[in-house]
Amino acid sequence: MNFDALFDHIGQHTVDGLAKGAIYALVALGYTLVYGVLRLINFAHSEVFMVGTFAVMWTWIGIGAGNTPSIGIAILLLVLGGLVGAAASGGTAVLVELVAYRHLRRKNAPSLVFLITAIGVSLSLTEIFGIFTGNGERKIQGMPTILNQSIAIDFLGVEITNLQLIVLAAAFLMMIGLDQFINKTRYGRGVRAVAQNPDTAALMGVNKDRVIVLIFALGGLMAGVAAVLWNMRYGFTRFDIGFVIGLKAFTAAVLGGIGNLRGALVGGLLLGVIEVYFATLTASKWEDVFAFIVLVVVLMFRPTGLLGESLGRARA
Amino acid sequence: MTANENTVTKKKKRSFADRWNGLPGWSRFFWIMGGVIFLFYLPELGNIPGTNLEIPGLGFLRTDVGVGGSDWDSILFRCAVFVLIALGLNVVVGLAGLLDLGYVGFFAIGAYSVALFGSQQSPVVKLLRANFDLAPDWALAWSWCILLAIVLTMFSGVLLGWPTLRLRGDYLAIVTLGFGEIIRIIARNSTITGGPDGITAIPGPEGAPNAQNKYFSILDQKWWYWLALVAVLVVILAVRRLENSRVGRSWLAIREDEDAAAVMGVHGFKFKLWAFAIGAAIGGLSGLLFASQQAFIDPSQFNVNLSILFVAMVVVGGAGNMAGAALGAILLTYLPERLRSLGALEFLPERFQDPAEFRYLLFGLAMVVVMILRPQGLLPSKRRARELKDRAQEVPVNG
Amino acid sequence: MSRKFARSLGGVIAAAALVLGAAACQKEGTGTNEAAKCEGKIAFMGALTGADAGAVLPSRDAAKLAFKKFAAANPNCKVELVEFDTQGDPAQATPVANKIAPDASFIGVIGGAFSGESKATMPIYEAAGLVMVSQSATNPDLTKTGNKSFHRVNGNDTTQGEAAVKYFKDTVKATKVFVIDDGSTYGKGISDVVKSGLGALKAGEDTVQKAQANFDATISKIKGVAGVDAIAFAGYTGEGAPLLKQIRAAGITVPFVGFDGVYDPAFASGAGTAAEGAIVTCPCIPAEKAGGTFAADFKAEYGKDPGAYTAEGWDAATVFLSGFKAGKVTRADMLAWVDAYNEQGLSKKIKFDATGEVDKANVVVWAYEIKGGVLTPKTEIKLG
Repeated sequence: MNFDALFDHIGQHTVDGLAKGAIYALVALGYTLVYGVLRLINFAHSEVFMVGTFAVMWTWIGIGAGNTPSIGIAILLLVLGGLVGAAASGGTAVLVELVAYRHLRRKNAPSLVFLITAIGVSLSLTEIFGIFTGNGERKIQGMPTILNQSIAIDFLGVEITNLQLIVLAAAFLMMIGLDQFINKTRYGRGVRAVAQNPDTAALMGVNKDRVIVLIFALGGLMAGVAAVLWNMRYGFTRFDIGFVIGLKAFTAAVLGGIGNLRGALVGGLLLGVIEVYFATLTASKWEDVFAFIVLVVVLMFRPTGLLGESLGRARA
Repeated sequence: MTANENTVTKKKKRSFADRWNGLPGWSRFFWIMGGVIFLFYLPELGNIPGTNLEIPGLGFLRTDVGVGGSDWDSILFRCAVFVLIALGLNVVVGLAGLLDLGYVGFFAIGAYSVALFGSQQSPVVKLLRANFDLAPDWALAWSWCILLAIVLTMFSGVLLGWPTLRLRGDYLAIVTLGFGEIIRIIARNSTITGGPDGITAIPGPEGAPNAQNKYFSILDQKWWYWLALVAVLVVILAVRRLENSRVGRSWLAIREDEDAAAVMGVHGFKFKLWAFAIGAAIGGLSGLLFASQQAFIDPSQFNVNLSILFVAMVVVGGAGNMAGAALGAILLTYLPERLRSLGALEFLPERFQDPAEFRYLLFGLAMVVVMILRPQGLLPSKRRARELKDRAQEVPVNG
Repeated sequence: MSRKFARSLGGVIAAAALVLGAAACQKEGTGTNEAAKCEGKIAFMGALTGADAGAVLPSRDAAKLAFKKFAAANPNCKVELVEFDTQGDPAQATPVANKIAPDASFIGVIGGAFSGESKATMPIYEAAGLVMVSQSATNPDLTKTGNKSFHRVNGNDTTQGEAAVKYFKDTVKATKVFVIDDGSTYGKGISDVVKSGLGALKAGEDTVQKAQANFDATISKIKGVAGVDAIAFAGYTGEGAPLLKQIRAAGITVPFVGFDGVYDPAFASGAGTAAEGAIVTCPCIPAEKAGGTFAADFKAEYGKDPGAYTAEGWDAATVFLSGFKAGKVTRADMLAWVDAYNEQGLSKKIKFDATGEVDKANVVVWAYEIKGGVLTPKTEIKLG
């Protein structure tokens, strides 16, 4: 264990970890929203993210974006990418709900059945993108670099790059926006009502189906934003990219307390930091092992995650 | 509601199970024996042993008929091993109602216990030889490896279950998922496990893999299938006994309502741990069979997708029912293999003619369709089906 | 006799009658091939679907092209390339091998594409007397087991590792090399050779994971070692391209050397502008140096440039095809043919030694540089 490498640059590792975790957090929101309302692990959410990365990539390539355009065009591309990504991911998530989950809910199927359906959906989407994109070569697909990485802030030797800053800022903004939406708007009240007690909410005139479509759309929207940030930062995508991100995001959601919006943020950021710390201490190959061990330890002491779980209860 | 239910049952055709129970004992025995004989006959499916005759139609089911197919005996063996896994996982998921997404971890531990202690090539065997003054060709005998695999997996089941079984269902899922990953990552990144290169020359019942072995040859997989089949039958008998015992009833009680079960004096944690350990042992046994037949394992064969596939087998087939879980395992193993040798579908445009390329897409879609049409699984357990029907009637307002 | 009894007995009888009655038709006799006819099948075994298919499909395409050209030039030869998908999974490869082995119409196997599946299946092929010619299984251990069936037209990890060490010492003149691998059989195999070959020149190391996308930790390790003047990456495109991109984005400009796992157009396109100047070593002769029209033909056929192991895929197919042409249509003859094979191939001069390895003297390792997104031959690394 190389403690010197960790503690000599602890600030830098923390920043790296936070920026890494911010993307987990955005994807984790999708798991948390759906779980908070439906008590259901939407395993297909990883593919919702994957679809977003492809949509953004095609948009950028489609409008002929070159490498490192001027700052104005870059911002335009990012915003446009964000909109397209959010629409594509949101649309995919809603489609999954309408095609698959809705029928199961009608039958009040147990959660295991949702899980397997989600896995089926996930497999189908992965295969569709594997077969029909990139000549069916199943390789990574690159895209233009929209923004060159540069040091934006250098604070006491801790270097924060512009990309990291954008990722963090966007994640926090989306998070605050979502939190406000859920807590302040009429729609948000509906979501909270259904999360707390679906039957009572229905009696009070909340249209449950509409709320459910809404949460899938919101989760997809967050994944779409995560997708554009991913593309900006890493500049590639692949048909099976969702799996690892989905796994990490789900872990993050559980770590923070699944069903809790702020928990997803805390869990995502924390997971990113843990991974970077342990990758620095040992080798990158061990980071997942430590991430899961930390998860188990946290769950032993706080069985519902760091911030507790309920979407409804937390703000009731 | 009871009256309502009765009329429903009366109108319905008599179910298969009712008819089955109505048969006289000797007839049931006859059918079971017939079924078992048929299972042993399967490697010859389509042919009449000892003759050059074939039964039309049946041969079509084999996976080795078309171009690009795979060996039928090997696929039968894999089906049998995955049935074994599904039976083990069914104890955990179907009977005790615990969602275990890391079952591949036990499968891997079982496989690695025979690989690491039984193979001449294994670093562990070499280490033991060097340190304990053993013969230069020493390795643990295969029969001892079985015991070792079962003990090790039961132990790891308890080790994993002890801290985590107090968690609620969905949390358990992610923790077990992590466990499966940890096992794989350790196997891949340690030198003592052979690292990413894996372990070769894993022994079987007749010792090291060899084409000259009389029964368990690397060329002819029939005996491997029969061995796995025997294991499946033994496990079915054992789990049946368990299901109808106090332990089995406790599992059902926990699955249906843990709090109510606790009030009735069923010690939830203890029985959950038992389910975990027993399920793990069966997983270990199947891992051992798998490794022995393959004669080679590496960590890439034990990734998370496999865990998820295992759960899918149980649920698609019908959680809680052994026949269902077995059917799920067979279908999910067999279908992709059969699809690969379907031959070109010439009525489709050229881009879509090769079913091998699309088999996992079809597989994914089939999973979704089956779950939407039959959420209780293809062959649900009776009790489970009743639970589901109950739930369906509880569907709230606008559901 | 009760109704119940009648029904159950009837059922049993009906089932028995069905089985017996159906037995009527005669099984088709399996005709034995005339030995002299130019006819036979070659199996191609590798990952054609799944996450790892990208590394195998180009060589499959090359082999297919070779068969197509052969069929056009030799209309009398009925040779067929039959594809078997393993998804790179040894567990899926063994049933395939057990299907190929007893089928006498198969005379040879191209593959396994990966080392794991090769390891799992080569005892089966050996027992069946079938010769394997792999285009891309690089693990050095594969030829050390005494297996008579296994041959490969590609250089192994040791060769490439040694070549890379030489390149670092002689061409880059590096003094501090940071070695990264992906923990796979392939990556670890090469990085072990590189690390031991570099000795004191190795300044640091990290092992990344499959499908990893964020390499911040690796990058801070590189930055943590003062004066790193070269980076080696042993792994595949999927991790290599994002790694290189992030290394360059972080302002590290030292030479980056990858191996044939990233000898792949997708590497350059995945890493984008960051790929400029990166070095990829590959035990393969540049297409234009090999003579012939392979690169142009491949492009004409598939509309894309040759990728990883395409030349090797072509070579493996050619070894068999020339065997057919010489009238080797039994397994034993083909095995003897492959053992004695000595021809100039596309990737190198192909002559196998007793272990099935291409003679080390014939292995040519080239360093390619990525220029304008294209792998351009830079220099040959002379071994020994």
